[in-house]
Amino acid sequence: MRADTERKVRKFIEDNFLFREDRLGIADSESLLDAGLIDSTSVLELVAFLESEFGLRMADAEIVPENLDSIRAIVAFVEGKHAVAAA
Amino acid sequence: MCGIAGFFGRPNLAVPARALVRRMIDAVAHRGPDAQGFFVGDEIGLGHARLSILDLASGQQPMANADKSVWISFNGEIFNYVELREELITRGRRFATTSDTEIILQLYEELGPDCVTRVNGDFAFALWDARRRRLMLARDRMGVRPLYYTRRNGTLYFASEVKALLEVPGVSAELDPIALDQIFTFWFPLAPRTAFKHIDELKPAHVLIADPHGTVVRPYWTLDYPRLGEEGPHDARAEAAVAEEVEHLLLDATRIRLRADVPVGAYLSGGLDSSLVAAAAKRFVAERLRTFSLTFDSAEFDESEHQQAMVRALGTAHESVACTAADIARLFPQAIRHGEKPILRTAPAPLLALSHLAHRNGFKVVLTGEGADEVFAGYDLFKEAKLRRFCARQPESRRRPLLFRRLYPYLPGLQAQSPKYLAAFFGAGIGPLDDPLFSHLPRLRTTAGAKAFFSRELRATLGGYDALAELRESLPAEFARWHPLSQAQYLETAYLLPGYILSSQGDRVAMAHAVEGRFPFLDHRVVELGARIPPQLKLNGLREKHILRKSAERLLPAAIANRTKQPYRAPDAQAFVGPDCPDDVTRCLGAADLAAAGYFDANAVERLVAKCRNGKFIGFRDNTAFVGILSTQLWQREFAAAGADTTIESDVA
Repeated sequence: MRADTERKVRKFIEDNFLFREDRLGIADSESLLDAGLIDSTSVLELVAFLESEFGLRMADAEIVPENLDSIRAIVAFVEGKHAVAAA
Repeated sequence: MCGIAGFFGRPNLAVPARALVRRMIDAVAHRGPDAQGFFVGDEIGLGHARLSILDLASGQQPMANADKSVWISFNGEIFNYVELREELITRGRRFATTSDTEIILQLYEELGPDCVTRVNGDFAFALWDARRRRLMLARDRMGVRPLYYTRRNGTLYFASEVKALLEVPGVSAELDPIALDQIFTFWFPLAPRTAFKHIDELKPAHVLIADPHGTVVRPYWTLDYPRLGEEGPHDARAEAAVAEEVEHLLLDATRIRLRADVPVGAYLSGGLDSSLVAAAAKRFVAERLRTFSLTFDSAEFDESEHQQAMVRALGTAHESVACTAADIARLFPQAIRHGEKPILRTAPAPLLALSHLAHRNGFKVVLTGEGADEVFAGYDLFKEAKLRRFCARQPESRRRPLLFRRLYPYLPGLQAQSPKYLAAFFGAGIGPLDDPLFSHLPRLRTTAGAKAFFSRELRATLGGYDALAELRESLPAEFARWHPLSQAQYLETAYLLPGYILSSQGDRVAMAHAVEGRFPFLDHRVVELGARIPPQLKLNGLREKHILRKSAERLLPAAIANRTKQPYRAPDAQAFVGPDCPDDVTRCLGAADLAAAGYFDANAVERLVAKCRNGKFIGFRDNTAFVGILSTQLWQREFAAAGADTTIESDVA
């Protein structure tokens, strides 16, 4: 489950923010902001993707770098939402 | 307003000198459809394509002085020609014409190359002094009118547009990779560099003097600001006095820009600046003022509501042209053909439709509000830089970054974002505060993101080239002693304004339809006053153009005088990904064309195009990259791939 989430998130980020192939992927913990991969519109793209792909609803207060700024953070956030929904 | 071209030297080409100058002028004939003229001497060629605006009967060019020892080919206007002429006549000089061009000849006889210091105007000219065997090229202070030159085999060739130089046998179009890197950083090449290898532009406020002893290029005017802490008082009394001075000077700058033997209209965007110019013009025009504007079908970009409010307030006779995304796609290749450089926004394309509208209505001259944002500090970037400094003083504050939301009320999606993202997106932590480019670092960083698409070969060619370092080194020595707002204003006024705004969005798209733009805010007296005004009176808290709004209160309805700035924007990548985009426009984004040009990584571009076609959101970075890549490919197709065959179609609609 977690591996599946990570695969989907990684693919979305690679397809939409990474573009260049000579950049050999992105590390799990790498900051998307520091890598210059994300701007104010990309955040909305990311939120729209998470909501449609994982059936989440994101509150404004959840749209913060702590939840979204690396693949690891995004996966943890998605898994956390699912855990809350399942409980 | 016109086009000029010519040479100094002995071309020694298969084509005769006169025919060569004719060919060069034909390439810029769209700038001056009313008449052509040529003067070819032993080592000089001057050509002229004329758009008749002043002295319709006797203003033929090239024009000579009384003994025919000095010849001139002149593009532009001298707005203070009435005063200069009176002054010269008082000194006993006689005039053969009533044209403003003759003023330069007469002033040159008295002052030599310093003649330009007396002129208030927008111009680019070539002057031949046969006795001294001296060619003088000159360009106006702000860079309204263009002038390019190149050397081949000891001969100097010059012209209003590069396409005329490409008519010279042996001169071909090759993209300068450094220029491309600069465009993908700043939006424009750093003058004198142009997009074309081995072709220079004469910088604004500069003269070039070439004679048998050599060539000298030097400035005759510089933009200067007071030293930090020496900006003068900004209390209520100072504010009232400055507001009055601004109003007085703006009215005078507008008044002398109405001088023409043909009717003068005005562009109306709906914002403060163009409204102010139109209101000022109305004071001096007896008949009903004619105004023109653009409308967009997307509410995100459209300002017609504000335009109509201004039309009602001023009682102008107004015409507008609607610009759709499909129109932008269709006009974009022409914007590149006329602008002659890759660009990162589509904004010039709709302006072609606007100049065409003015042209169809019989107008050769329009006033616009361009320049107010640079001179009186209207751009969001100035507020953004101020906020970034404010945040940098308390990096842990969660409240300070919320102020960034107030800067861009017109950007959808920004309002929902958290302080940390806002701080990150607006570069609250970017750059040491003492970096001379501090104000511009976030914009430059976002723009440079588009370089991710450069091909491996292009990266190798560029090596470790650092455009920011070159810009830092080109700044004047006094720069470090100015207030941060003055520094930011200087970067906009001395670089972006001539490099992009007045060129790609100004002269080129207007002259494509033989329309001359006139800019009261760029009268050098207004520019010098704007530079002297204390920063607190320009950017008051986060209220941009504060002092201009004070001045505007007497000329405009309060609702318009107090309206927050909305920048002129047009749909970017989205114009090219819908079903209405003509295939031939985006064909150059195909793998074969990309590989042939060699500038971009075809794989990465393919993914970007796919993303833009599928995505609901297209962000700054993707828009910038998409438009930059498309325009570079169109540039390649138009100039480099087509050789010297640069026919201009004049009909767009």
